[in-house]
Amino acid sequence: MAPLLSVSGLTVDLATPRGTLHAVRDISFDINAGETLCLVGESGCGKSMTALALMGLLPNSATRRARHLAFEGGDLANVTPRKLASLRGNRMAMIFQEPMTALNPAYTIGDQLIEVHRRHKGSTYAAARERAIELLEKVGITPAGERLGQFPHQLSGGLRQRVMIAMALMCGPTLLIADEPTTALDVTIQAQTLRLLIDIQRDLGVAILLITHDLGVVARVAQRVAVMYAGEIVESATAASLFRKPRHPYTRGLMASIPIPGRTPPGERLGSIPGIVPSLIGEVRGCAFRDRCAFAFAPCAETVPWRVDNEHGWRCTLPEVPAEAAA
Amino acid sequence: MNESYAPPLLEVVGPTSGALLRRRIFTHKGLLIGSTLLAIVLLMALLAPLIAPHDPYAQDLTQRMIPPLWYENGTWAHVLGTDNLGRDYLSRVIYGARISLLIGLAVMVISGLIGAALGLAAGYFGGRTDMVVTFFITIRLAMPVILVALAVVAMVGGSLWVVVLVLGLLKWDRFAVVMRAATQQVRSLDYVTAAAATGASTPRIIVGEVLPNVLPQLIVVASVEAASAILLEAALSFLGLGVQPPLPSWGLMIAEAKAYMFFSFWLIAIPGTALALLVLAINMVGDGIRDVSAPSGRG
Amino acid sequence: MTTLLEARGVSRTFTVSRGMFAKKRLLHAVSDVNLHIAKGEVLGLVGESGSGKSTLAKMLLGLLSPTRGSIHLGGVDVIGMSRLDMARRIQPVFQDPYSSLNPRKRVVSIVSLPLAVQGIGSAEERREKAIAMLSRVGLARRHADLYPNELSGGQRQRVAIARALVVEPELVLLDEPTSALDVSVQSQILNLLLDLRGDFGLTYVFISHNLAVIEHIATRVAVMYLGRIVEQSERDALFRVPRHPYTRALLDSVLTPEPGLGVPDTGLGLAMPNPLDPPPGCVFHPRCSELGHRCRTELPRTVQDAGGLMACHLYDGGVARPHDCLSPLPACGERE
Repeated sequence: MAPLLSVSGLTVDLATPRGTLHAVRDISFDINAGETLCLVGESGCGKSMTALALMGLLPNSATRRARHLAFEGGDLANVTPRKLASLRGNRMAMIFQEPMTALNPAYTIGDQLIEVHRRHKGSTYAAARERAIELLEKVGITPAGERLGQFPHQLSGGLRQRVMIAMALMCGPTLLIADEPTTALDVTIQAQTLRLLIDIQRDLGVAILLITHDLGVVARVAQRVAVMYAGEIVESATAASLFRKPRHPYTRGLMASIPIPGRTPPGERLGSIPGIVPSLIGEVRGCAFRDRCAFAFAPCAETVPWRVDNEHGWRCTLPEVPAEAAA
Repeated sequence: MNESYAPPLLEVVGPTSGALLRRRIFTHKGLLIGSTLLAIVLLMALLAPLIAPHDPYAQDLTQRMIPPLWYENGTWAHVLGTDNLGRDYLSRVIYGARISLLIGLAVMVISGLIGAALGLAAGYFGGRTDMVVTFFITIRLAMPVILVALAVVAMVGGSLWVVVLVLGLLKWDRFAVVMRAATQQVRSLDYVTAAAATGASTPRIIVGEVLPNVLPQLIVVASVEAASAILLEAALSFLGLGVQPPLPSWGLMIAEAKAYMFFSFWLIAIPGTALALLVLAINMVGDGIRDVSAPSGRG
Repeated sequence: MTTLLEARGVSRTFTVSRGMFAKKRLLHAVSDVNLHIAKGEVLGLVGESGSGKSTLAKMLLGLLSPTRGSIHLGGVDVIGMSRLDMARRIQPVFQDPYSSLNPRKRVVSIVSLPLAVQGIGSAEERREKAIAMLSRVGLARRHADLYPNELSGGQRQRVAIARALVVEPELVLLDEPTSALDVSVQSQILNLLLDLRGDFGLTYVFISHNLAVIEHIATRVAVMYLGRIVEQSERDALFRVPRHPYTRALLDSVLTPEPGLGVPDTGLGLAMPNPLDPPPGCVFHPRCSELGHRCRTELPRTVQDAGGLMACHLYDGGVARPHDCLSPLPACGERE
């Protein structure tokens, strides 16, 4: 069964006053129909750029290249802007981090929901309205009819995010790209919103590309995970496998830095990763993590091999990293 | 303990803040062109006695209406020709720069001080202070500048200093409005709260934390207002309400050339061009300073 | 055990005007908060948006005065204290490393400002003190002459910490100091805060919505909801046996990186707290999964028991018996 989305060798370069920023460097991954892939990484790792690249929403200063980019069996790399626009919001939809700025404050919820449907499906106002109500109820917003006439500022952050999810689902997409959808929400609302996404996936069978920096979200929501660092995917596995035995020193360092109530001893030092992310401007050779890695040695400055063990892949010069020393 | 700071390798290896600023300045075409033009006018004004070939006030009725050099009857004695009273035009243009620059600078300073102070106070203190200042701004905006100038001149008589005072005391509104908005934005930022938490006095906070961060907007408004003041003076002088003859204000020169517009076009064109270039230069410099001084954030 | 900071019955309301002719409304940001912080503690203040924690923080710093109640620093009511005095005793560290440093000043100037304001030492001495403090927080000497925009988020937060500590206050109030930072940087900063606390004998008030971080660093925890403290206990007690329904929901919402557990159902409705229009009775009742009759009409008392302080009818021993008149209401229409 061919994957729903197939990405191979995706590269995104940004022109900046200081030089060319290599935001995304030759990454490859697949998403199968109905599954959740989490792209996890910290700021500057390129995960948001990846999402924008897939949707064709990169800024003008960015150039995108890919060896192979296919969605629903059709090529996505060389598609015309018109065709891309017809896919966007229709077959693949995106939800963003900040619901207030992602929803147009000048139009009612109803207007925005209905517009998407009519634009892509050419439906009548009545049909689109019915679909909007159906979806608002699906995301747990009742009474839906009344909410249609409300403006974004009249809703709380959690509700706005649900509206955005409903809007993304209006045309029945097969792929939902969610860029940090719960980061700006309160903790309790975050849990509710994630539950909603899981329910939706189960009911509608959409595939979800979930972009986040929160490993907790990844553990609870993802089926498969790709860890990004400095524009590259450094580790890729099923969620179970990744958390059971993380391979890449960065992933391990990351996991060691998260306090877990009941597990990490309170008041004691947390694991940490020394240093900061390297600059991606100009030439980047070898492993981008080597300056912060406790196990780095000379070969890390050259091309780093991709290793695979039982569908769990990672990029490292060392085949095995000693267990104890994760920072 | 110090494991967490990065050895030199890891830091963003790139140009320093200072080098980046210099690069930004020297690649900003608008700023470079504007500054050059402005510098030329400034030099002209400062060195007027040294570079003007003739006394701008010296009349010679035998030398009236000589066209500039590039016309048929032009002569090298009067490169830009003479006006209807035989005064050398080039010298008058050069001395005219003094008046325009003086007006521009003086009005900018007076109205800037008034408006910035009001705007800062309104933006920083909010509440009643804001209400009062906004009230004053509204009143001021309801006043037509030219009519007020007319009234003042009618009472007191026109002169350079009357123009400076009238414009200075009237044109502070944009300063106040812009500074108020900018101050409100800065006021809500954490570093202002942090300064208050260190026990800093209000004047110290306003001058040390707020002012440096609203300076770019202030500079842009200052340049716009300076240019506008120069144009207003020209307009007032054109109407006979500003600088009085025989002063070589460019606006006055245009007024005096009005009657000869169709026959001796250069009499109007030359001071008009000078005005336009000066105003253009000031605006380019103001925009340029704003563009260049915005601190570049890191993502 | 010396009490460094105490809040007694502190409330703060704001009047919100919606245009010239609309009636003014009252925003109840903080209502009736009682807190005491002993030397050497780390009090974790937990709350989401609308909980009033930021307003409370400003009052504890002396930047805002309470509309009711009083705040005491070292036993002295802060009303009588000068700003400089307060500043020597309690200093803040804010959430956003990008807006908490003046972009137009160099790092050394930012860090030495508190010294300059207090009039400590000569300019040269202040500079040296600032540089020494920068080194304590893990920055190099050369960072001193940089501008904030040349530093990373974690480095900026270190500068903010250095600025807070340079006058050697006893109390540091940290308002979500790591929430805007990446996870790997967060752990660096948390480690730093733990080290500094030991080295300088500091007392922290640590505000955060991240319960995992609170569990790691706090010694005592107070949970806020819609301007009130609903539960307050020692850290271990709170995390092992959370009692208030809101605290339980909060803890359930913490998504630890343990796969296979899925996302729990917290049982909260979609109703959102609105400080402009707080519900009658218990402020949490529209979202409470254990709603009882009294909850809709009566404000719960704050009761002290073995586990700590609780403001919930379920735990009010004064009521005949805790679960007595609290039969769950059928198909509660309050929750959306």
